[in-house]
Amino acid sequence: MSCTCGKNNCNSNEETNSRREFLALGLMATLAAAGCNSDENPFSPEEPVALTGEKVKLLSVNGEVIEVDRAFLKPVPDMPSLSNSEERKGMPNKQFVMVIDLARCKNLKKCQSACNHMHQVHPGQSWIKVLSMEDADHTAPYWQPTTCMHCDEPPCVKVCPVDATFKRQDGLVLIDSDRCIGCRFCMAACPYSTRVFNWGEPGLTAEVKDQHYSCETSMPQKKGTVGKCDFCPDMTRKGELPHCVSACPNGVFFFGDMNEDSVSNGAETFRFSELIKDKAGYRLMEDLGTKPRVYYLPPVNRNFPYENGLETQAESDKLNTSK
Amino acid sequence: MENSNVKAVEQITKDLLPQKFGKRGKIWTAVLVVICLVGAYAYFRQLKYGLEVTNMRDYVSWGIYISNFVFFVAISLVGSLITAVFRLSDVKWSTPLTRIAEIIAVSAIVFASIIIIVDMGRPERFYNLFLHGRIQSPIIWDVIVITTYFFISILLLYIPLLPDLKILIKNEKPGTWLSKLYRFQGSFWAGTKEQFRIGDKAINILCILIIPVAFSIHTVTSWLFATTYRPGWDSTNFGAYFISGAFLVGAGGVVTAMYIFRKYYHLEKYITEKHFDRMGKIVVLLALLYLYFNVNEYLVPAFKMKKSEEMHLEELFTGSFSGMFWFAILVGMIIPILILLFRKGRKPFPVFIAGVMIVIGAWFKRYLIVTPTLLHPFLPMQDVPVNFRHYFPSWEEWAIAMGSLAGALLIITFFVRIYPIVPIEETIIEQTESHEKADQ
Repeated sequence: MSCTCGKNNCNSNEETNSRREFLALGLMATLAAAGCNSDENPFSPEEPVALTGEKVKLLSVNGEVIEVDRAFLKPVPDMPSLSNSEERKGMPNKQFVMVIDLARCKNLKKCQSACNHMHQVHPGQSWIKVLSMEDADHTAPYWQPTTCMHCDEPPCVKVCPVDATFKRQDGLVLIDSDRCIGCRFCMAACPYSTRVFNWGEPGLTAEVKDQHYSCETSMPQKKGTVGKCDFCPDMTRKGELPHCVSACPNGVFFFGDMNEDSVSNGAETFRFSELIKDKAGYRLMEDLGTKPRVYYLPPVNRNFPYENGLETQAESDKLNTSK
Repeated sequence: MENSNVKAVEQITKDLLPQKFGKRGKIWTAVLVVICLVGAYAYFRQLKYGLEVTNMRDYVSWGIYISNFVFFVAISLVGSLITAVFRLSDVKWSTPLTRIAEIIAVSAIVFASIIIIVDMGRPERFYNLFLHGRIQSPIIWDVIVITTYFFISILLLYIPLLPDLKILIKNEKPGTWLSKLYRFQGSFWAGTKEQFRIGDKAINILCILIIPVAFSIHTVTSWLFATTYRPGWDSTNFGAYFISGAFLVGAGGVVTAMYIFRKYYHLEKYITEKHFDRMGKIVVLLALLYLYFNVNEYLVPAFKMKKSEEMHLEELFTGSFSGMFWFAILVGMIIPILILLFRKGRKPFPVFIAGVMIVIGAWFKRYLIVTPTLLHPFLPMQDVPVNFRHYFPSWEEWAIAMGSLAGALLIITFFVRIYPIVPIEETIIEQTESHEKADQ
């Protein structure tokens, strides 16, 4: 429900304010009104509304600009903008891709905290992990942020018995927490260990709790279902970058569209194909045939020495560096 | 001659009719009920607070529920072995064992289904499997074959029971709930030649059907693991490895049950030392077969020591799981083989001990198949709370797992209270036939 009606308290007028503003207002607010066709005052609420005297201009369904008191506006946080089938289908003519430049990472974990904050991931869990890697004895250690790889041959999607995790036409692998039965087969199948499970009640803020669930925001998380990095399609729809990309002060993450052949970290934009070619990009566990959508640029000519990242590494991780 | 036959029939019927629980039977049942109730309370807590009450976390996302599930599916395979394989290959001596095997199969498959629902994060969405089921997922295959196996097993239990139900109706005072139950289940059975013919035909068809289905349930269960990339699971050996292990644990379960029923119900005349001797030989064969697949499963990757397998195998051979690993190999396979290779070891009591060892070893073996692999992911376990890197089941998990085992035993216990565990009619037919042969 957005805004309807043009009666009684609503005064039609021909204000010249920009149409766009009205639409935006209309999207964010709804009128506590129904039954425009009845003779009753549609604004006679169950409880008397104290008028604020402040008028808000809205665009009615008839295309008329109307003015109502702010008291009649009610915030609608759970307004689903997309249907489930649209969310499962994905955006047309897009092929999302991510490039992670390991030469720039110093384990600041800003990506992680931004992601956890925005998705209200359960404390202790995270969708992005920054791993301390060392490929072989005596080779140089480096920091490797890992997101969901959004594989083109996703093992998780293959094994899901109910189509709760799915591959979209724009390349994203998403989860429908309204359908997930919590069997955790996808977690066993994912070689990147990227999936997390809501073992208990997820710690959500009151404002998010009652929101309508969306596969694109992955919010609100639900008890007994699987969660993971979703490449923030809600941000992409708004023309913005995923939270990890914009949160990283070192520009480690590049996000973009393979169809446009461009990736950006906010400050810099590159041709995806050239960047991968020039910097010898690679993907994780190529031999498994999962065909990830996340490309890594090797940690050469680094911006920071590996040791800089040790400050932010958890004590318990220090002995656990992978070789 | 006629007279002695009638007497023999009366004696057999008297020996094999189900008996009321004695004092020990009542205590046994009460203990099982208590364990089940504790398990039910633990499950209530799990429903209330979520899987958080378990010690499973993001890395070890499958724990003893799943290993218990694999154990149940494994032990249920014995129904097809004793009933179907023996029947089709015309092994006559297995008659007194068929019903034991079949009730173990049914109770195990029931609790396999229950425990897999217990493992689900959203059990109330179970219907999604039918609403949105995708045939490419091994879980759907499992749902299909386990359901099929359950119904075939129930029929293989029920149809051979029909002639016995007639005997039970005759011997039970009319009006009691037992009598009503028997009548409800079998009053249509008159015992005509035509009915026996149809019954035999049905059993034959079911016996042929159940073999591929039994192979499927455990192969598909192994594929829940083998279709992933993880070290320890990523194995082409898994289907055969699981099936050989399943036959072994099932046979171990049957010899254990044989001994207990024989002792408790004084069935020495029907379950004889010969049965233990022969089952003992079969168990040796199955244990050797399972050992062979274990060699394939562990030594071939250990020869290469690929990086991804290395940590996993070292943990099993010499690391923190080594105690349990060698226990499962020694107690679950090698010691029973050593016991049963000798004629003296195939007397009832040593066979029983070997059977118990096999079952316990098999339970831990399933734990070893599930958990250690999950603790060795490809990417290092970092950036997570410390307790994500270990796994030891919480009390709720233990209570539910033990409750499910007790529940399976409870089904068997009640079954034995209500129905004859050794088929009466078939025993009578066989004994009279052998008498007639002796007379000729």
